[in-house]
Amino acid sequence: MVQAVLVMLAVAFIAFTMFNFVGDPVAIMAGQDLPAEQRVELRKTLGLDDPTPVRFARFVANAAQGQFGLSYRTTEPVGRMILDRLPATLELSLIAVLVALVIGIPMGVFSGLYPHHWISRAMMTVSLIGISLPTFLIGILLILIFAVMLGWLPSFGRGDTVKIGFWTTGFLTVSGWKAIILPSITLGLFQMTLIMRLVRSEMLEVLRTDYIKFARARGLTNRAVHFGHALKNTLVPVITITGLQLGSIIAFAIITETVFSWPGVGLLFLQSVQAVDIPVMAAYLVLIGLLFVLINLIVDVLYFVVDPRLRSQGAKAGAK
Amino acid sequence: MTSPKLLEVRNLRVEFPTRRGTLVAVDDVSLDIAAGEVLGVVGESGAGKSMTGAAIIGLLEPPGRIAAGEIRLEGRRIDNLPYNEMRKIRGRQIGAIFQDPLTSLNPLYKVGDQLIETILTHLPLTQAQARDRAVKLLEDVGIPSASERINHYPHQFSGGMRQRVVIALALAAEPKLIIADEPTTALDVSIQAQIITLLKRLCREHGTAVMLVTHDMGVIAETADRVAVMYAGRIAEIGPVQDVIKRPHHPYTIGLMGAIPTMTHKVERLTQIDGSMPRLNAIPKGCAFNPRCPKAFDRCYRDRPDPMPAGNSLAACWLVEEKAHV
Repeated sequence: MVQAVLVMLAVAFIAFTMFNFVGDPVAIMAGQDLPAEQRVELRKTLGLDDPTPVRFARFVANAAQGQFGLSYRTTEPVGRMILDRLPATLELSLIAVLVALVIGIPMGVFSGLYPHHWISRAMMTVSLIGISLPTFLIGILLILIFAVMLGWLPSFGRGDTVKIGFWTTGFLTVSGWKAIILPSITLGLFQMTLIMRLVRSEMLEVLRTDYIKFARARGLTNRAVHFGHALKNTLVPVITITGLQLGSIIAFAIITETVFSWPGVGLLFLQSVQAVDIPVMAAYLVLIGLLFVLINLIVDVLYFVVDPRLRSQGAKAGAK
Repeated sequence: MTSPKLLEVRNLRVEFPTRRGTLVAVDDVSLDIAAGEVLGVVGESGAGKSMTGAAIIGLLEPPGRIAAGEIRLEGRRIDNLPYNEMRKIRGRQIGAIFQDPLTSLNPLYKVGDQLIETILTHLPLTQAQARDRAVKLLEDVGIPSASERINHYPHQFSGGMRQRVVIALALAAEPKLIIADEPTTALDVSIQAQIITLLKRLCREHGTAVMLVTHDMGVIAETADRVAVMYAGRIAEIGPVQDVIKRPHHPYTIGLMGAIPTMTHKVERLTQIDGSMPRLNAIPKGCAFNPRCPKAFDRCYRDRPDPMPAGNSLAACWLVEEKAHV
């Protein structure tokens, strides 16, 4: 927990320094012909005259309340802007991870159980494509095939959305579901192949262990041996990787969102970079840092659920 | 006529096809085990003892395969059964105990769940009945406060305790035969004796036959009714344990017995058998033991001996035939 807080402080510090290094905000905000007195005035009202530690403390305090100031580009509150777009990115990432897990794990299990089957070989070859093709190319290819040539699915946007509180969801409309298919496949394909290869190699490893041999010697059914005993033992590394990848999916949704004009945080970030909109960039950085930290915490908790050996070590460490 | 033999192995041959030719791990092995009998199988590493056990229970690791011969359990041929038929025999008719208790149990499941799972796979019991049976099994193998320990994970048990759990698992569905592959090798010497005594007692109580694979002659002498000595994939000598120990016929067995320290009389040096067992891809023509045999003569380099009657035992040695002629 202490570690998590330290990580967040470090991320905040980096985000904060961006303000100082990417030029003078006053020079950017104010026009060239603003008198010098007014510049000083503006500087004072914005609190830019205070010493660095004080300003950093203020930044952290505001960030903790979700306040990152006003956007230079649109003069909207940054927190609002991000919050408006966050549901789009989270929904996209969620579907991408689900696609990756739901397809990747069974494929990995199959190719682990029957490594010489032709289907396994075919999957391994296809997975090479998934790993080596860049995301934007996959996205463009999918658009070309399914949106342009076949015309089945939309090539951009979220479709119709429904607003529930602050959360806008595309899950409640048909066009929303249609719109999410291509971007989520694009985003999840790399993760899917990664998970498939990971599960495969873990399965191969676990199937060689003594307890699997002993489980067979006890006359358990193949289903019990493969899915009860073998698969559960492959899950610890899969959870780790999925957790880490979930973070990167959210962070690297930037590219997919750009290709599909998906109105999410990634697209916002890219637009902000082009406009040197530092408050938005800083907020995005802090947000992604926070997501990574949260995901890692969840992953650690999941370890304890899956592996009893860690539980007792934790208990022992707690008793000391 | 019903066969009195529980298990019959006839001319078993196990092969491992490799890129550089086929290795024969078990070659023309025949042995019987009667109901309730303990058959010890001894031999050096790579002599084919574990392979014989794995072939009987149908768990040879690919690419290993049974190339010839047959295995019968109570007269029914089991070496060519489809996978799912054989699976029903494993655990129910033939149990197995492996060398390393530390790795034989799945670390992610409570020992009770592993026991209940095995029981429910083979016996028509309810969950609650299976649980009672699991507790009773743990008590049987000498685990204190079994009803509590049943909810513990394997890592919460010591090595000796884990091997007791493994034995309980092997006995869970009352199999008629247990293949115990070096059940004590990974354990402390003091624990070894306990586990062997336990195994012996349980098998006597349940009338279970045991094929005890080990390289520890001491364990065999204490436990087994009969013993098979294996060398380079073949049986060198097989017979009642007292005969094999006191009156060995095969020069290899004679060498083995000479290499065992005894308490009764003092010897300056234990005898040793010069050389080492040939590799599986370089087994000499004739008798596989001929390069190391002190009594080898020309026929041993020419023809391979099959086990032939020698006293109460069978020994695969031409000397036996020579003596019979004299």
